[in-house]
Amino acid sequence: MLTSEDKKLIQHVWGRLSGCEEEVGADALWRMFHAYPPTKTYFPHFDLSPGSDQIRSHGKKVVAALGTAIKNIDSLSQALSELSNLHAYNLRVDPPRFSLQFLSQCLQVVLAVRLGKEYTPEMHSAVDKFMSAVAAVLAEKYR
Amino acid sequence: MVHWSAEEKQLIAGLWAKVNVEECGAEALARLLIVYPWTQRFFASFGNLSGPTAIVGNPKVRAHGKKVLTSFGDAIKNLDNLKVTYSKLSELHCDKLHVDPENFRLLGDILIIVLAAHFTKDFTPTCQATWQKLVGVVAHALAHKYH
Repeated sequence: MLTSEDKKLIQHVWGRLSGCEEEVGADALWRMFHAYPPTKTYFPHFDLSPGSDQIRSHGKKVVAALGTAIKNIDSLSQALSELSNLHAYNLRVDPPRFSLQFLSQCLQVVLAVRLGKEYTPEMHSAVDKFMSAVAAVLAEKYR
Repeated sequence: MVHWSAEEKQLIAGLWAKVNVEECGAEALARLLIVYPWTQRFFASFGNLSGPTAIVGNPKVRAHGKKVLTSFGDAIKNLDNLKVTYSKLSELHCDKLHVDPENFRLLGDILIIVLAAHFTKDFTPTCQATWQKLVGVVAHALAHKYH
């Protein structure tokens, strides 16, 4: 359950990323494809080479979606409803529980790389909880 | 048996040589207890775990974190022989400590984040991929003797 302290921390972290959304998203996706090769199976139509435009633009999209989620953190189900439909009926990525876990890990690594010591245990905890909440919402309509 | 390329071995050894085992171990264990509070169930005897500040400052957490990461160092020295190296530890975690192996994965992921925060830009995607493979293999070896 996200406490008000968690929400503040998440907003703070996101604020620190302002202006770098594309880079952060692309870095997270690239790391995910590298560390968890099976995740590439969902992107056979993508150019997955380093610096690929598709990875950059998709990374930007993902981070923007997370940003929207954060702005509507008290009504995640509603805010992510369309994305939830997309993942359940179109993309049918294996339950986001698993995939988001890999994306969440890689996003957190990117945050840690960028923020270093500033990525405190409290921040780490808040982001991890947030990503779990997002994954749960995205998986809501699977069956 | 897991295959390690020369590049992977270098990425592991190269980074490990720069790791402060006591600091990183303490931090990784503290974060495990903070980010996944249910893991505190294994550390009832550790005293004050009431919040992040208490956990980070807890001397038993620090000491145990160091122990855990020192053991991880043994894994690194025995990459080609992990299951045997960790055979007794695996039995211990199953029979005496009763730890769900899922926790090994959680700790592995946390260690990666601690390393990322520490080494920042040097913790490249290739480095991360190699280390994710390593923590996965270590977790697997630790779970191997479960029954």
